[in-house]
Amino acid sequence: MSSYKQASEDASGWQPRIVAFLCNWCSYAGADLAGVSRFEYPTNVRIIRVPCSGRVDPMFVLKSFERGADMVLVSGCHPGDCHYTTGNYHARRKLLALREMMSFLGIDPRRFKMSWVSAAEGSKWSAVIRQITDEARSLGPFESFPTFTLQEVKK
Amino acid sequence: MNNQEVEVEEGRTLLDAARALSIEIPTLCHHRAVPPAGACRICVVEVKGGGRPGLVPACAYPAQEGLVIETDTERVLASRQMTLRLLLARCPDSEVLKELAERYNAEPLPLEQKDDKCIMCGLCVRVCREVIGPSATCFTGRGADRTVSTPYKMLSDVCIGCGACAFLCPTGAIDPAEFCTHPLEKIPNEFNCGQDFRTPIHVPFPQAVPNKPVIDKDNCIHFKTGKCGACKSICPAGAIDYDMEDETVEEKVGAIIVATGYEMIDPAVYEEYGYRRYPDVLTSMEFERMVSASGATDGRLLRPSNGKPPKSVVFLQCIGSREEKIGKPYSSKICCMYTAKHAVLYKHKVHDGQAFIFYMDIRSAGKNYEEFVRRVVKEKNVTYLRGRVAKVYPRGDKLVVRGADTLSGGQVEISAEMVVLAPAMIPSSGVRELAQTLRIGYDEHGFLSEAHPKLKPVETNTAGVFLAGACHSPKDIPDSVAQASAAAGKALGLVSHEQLTREPTIGVVNEQTCNGCFECKNVCAYGAIERKELRDRKGQLLAIVAHINEGLCQGCGACSVTCRSKSIEVQGFREDQLFAEINAVSR
Repeated sequence: MSSYKQASEDASGWQPRIVAFLCNWCSYAGADLAGVSRFEYPTNVRIIRVPCSGRVDPMFVLKSFERGADMVLVSGCHPGDCHYTTGNYHARRKLLALREMMSFLGIDPRRFKMSWVSAAEGSKWSAVIRQITDEARSLGPFESFPTFTLQEVKK
Repeated sequence: MNNQEVEVEEGRTLLDAARALSIEIPTLCHHRAVPPAGACRICVVEVKGGGRPGLVPACAYPAQEGLVIETDTERVLASRQMTLRLLLARCPDSEVLKELAERYNAEPLPLEQKDDKCIMCGLCVRVCREVIGPSATCFTGRGADRTVSTPYKMLSDVCIGCGACAFLCPTGAIDPAEFCTHPLEKIPNEFNCGQDFRTPIHVPFPQAVPNKPVIDKDNCIHFKTGKCGACKSICPAGAIDYDMEDETVEEKVGAIIVATGYEMIDPAVYEEYGYRRYPDVLTSMEFERMVSASGATDGRLLRPSNGKPPKSVVFLQCIGSREEKIGKPYSSKICCMYTAKHAVLYKHKVHDGQAFIFYMDIRSAGKNYEEFVRRVVKEKNVTYLRGRVAKVYPRGDKLVVRGADTLSGGQVEISAEMVVLAPAMIPSSGVRELAQTLRIGYDEHGFLSEAHPKLKPVETNTAGVFLAGACHSPKDIPDSVAQASAAAGKALGLVSHEQLTREPTIGVVNEQTCNGCFECKNVCAYGAIERKELRDRKGQLLAIVAHINEGLCQGCGACSVTCRSKSIEVQGFREDQLFAEINAVSR
């Protein structure tokens, strides 16, 4: 098993921040299995556990970008295998509709990823994270749209 | 009869009466499935009173009120003796006749001997006409030329190839191939891996539950042509009903244990081993069935090519296991142990036989397993060779097995009379569809997923569904039994409590903000959303809002996302809680 070196910082010290919404029964368990099996993957991903990928409201994705995420991943059970039978179908429909609107909202649609990782797929989880972290790094930091929070606007 | 009183049903014969009294009367042309003919005259008994005195055939003569019968008078014995002498003149070699002749002291008459097997009992004619239907065979000719044959002695158009005539013939005189245009299709016995044949009505294997015969509709002649029906007329219990339909049974249960077992890969994908190309290459399952006392050869190990016991057997382990390219990456766990067992069984059956086992590693981790393998190596003189086999090919009437022996560092070539392959273990086919129906997980090989690899080895992610046995991962009998006991214990634990505990992370409706659009109802996979009427103190209807049934809701949150007014929250995963998490991790 090849080891993955720690994500190297670029010149300005920037590291991509990936927020991932994982369904409890498949993807979260798959990520747990990756840990138990000692697969290595970059630490740029931050996991938020939800009961089902169908719990992910499109607003969560947008909020993540607004709060500073450079990339958002939603990962659930394989179609047909949802622990709640149909939740991942709802997720797929809603979030694909969101992706259609993302450029209109000013967000590069490539910054939003979806994956299906089952509870037995520890190695697939680590492969997915390695791949999207690379892509996040090449896309660069997400220049957030203006918010009404007290946040300094980057010049 | 014979000074004993007996009563039988109306319409029954003297033979039935005799059997009711346990009096033995010999028969040749009688069979309980076929109407009697009284043709052979061997069953004659003497009427002493109550009817016209004389000899009558017991198989055909009806029992009547007041009859007085004697079954072993001198007249009866003399008649039987003469009948047998005449029959023996026609068929001197018939075993069944010779047996009866001995009993009645009948010697062949000094007549010209014929050489015929058919004793003209007519059972074949009667079964084909009365029971099966087509009447394909009949008596032809007269007097001394009388024989049983098809019309004009030609191949029959109406014969359906059921073989009933051959089955009933007491002397084995009938070979249906002589007059039957349809080759009798033989059905391979699946339980014996096709090593022998079975009939359409069969008990699948000796330990079947229920241990009753079942009719293979696709091959049954009655279902194909409407004829035959022999099994139904033979069954003394009247248990056969051709009109039985498959029943779909619906049961409400509190727990399900999935124990769908395993199959083995087809080793023909490894063409170098010659499975199905050379008859003496077997799988371990075929070997197991052949050496079993209830198998096709009654337990004798015989080479398929020539029917003789093999003087040398080479066992190949890891066929498709621990192999990533076209096989399975995992170890199938059971093969090292059963191969050692097979080698020992072989040596017990063929004392001077040579057994070789090609292995990669020996997995013998169970209780006393390692000691067993050591004994097989040391005491039973089985030769273990650590290496893979490159090729199996024929030379003369034997097979050459060419492989590596890594411990001595060279190639070996073994001349084998039989090669046994140990194929990889895989889950039963159709298991993925079953898992989707039960909403449980499975891995890329189809093995069903447990809820936690260490702490919940028999539960699944779906409450009430448990796992046991090889459907979960390759394992042998002791481990399967242990897992099954655990699953049964868990299932009983589930259904034996008065109260069920459940996770509190379910949905709750804010009845103030809900506007009763019921979009949530459309997305709930469990039907947990109900209509609730809100009324004031006077009973007037104020609003109809959504209400979540706490027993049904599983807490997936699909309703929460769908709700336009954000009136549903999943406890523990509320919007404000998730936003707090997003705030925390996004920076």
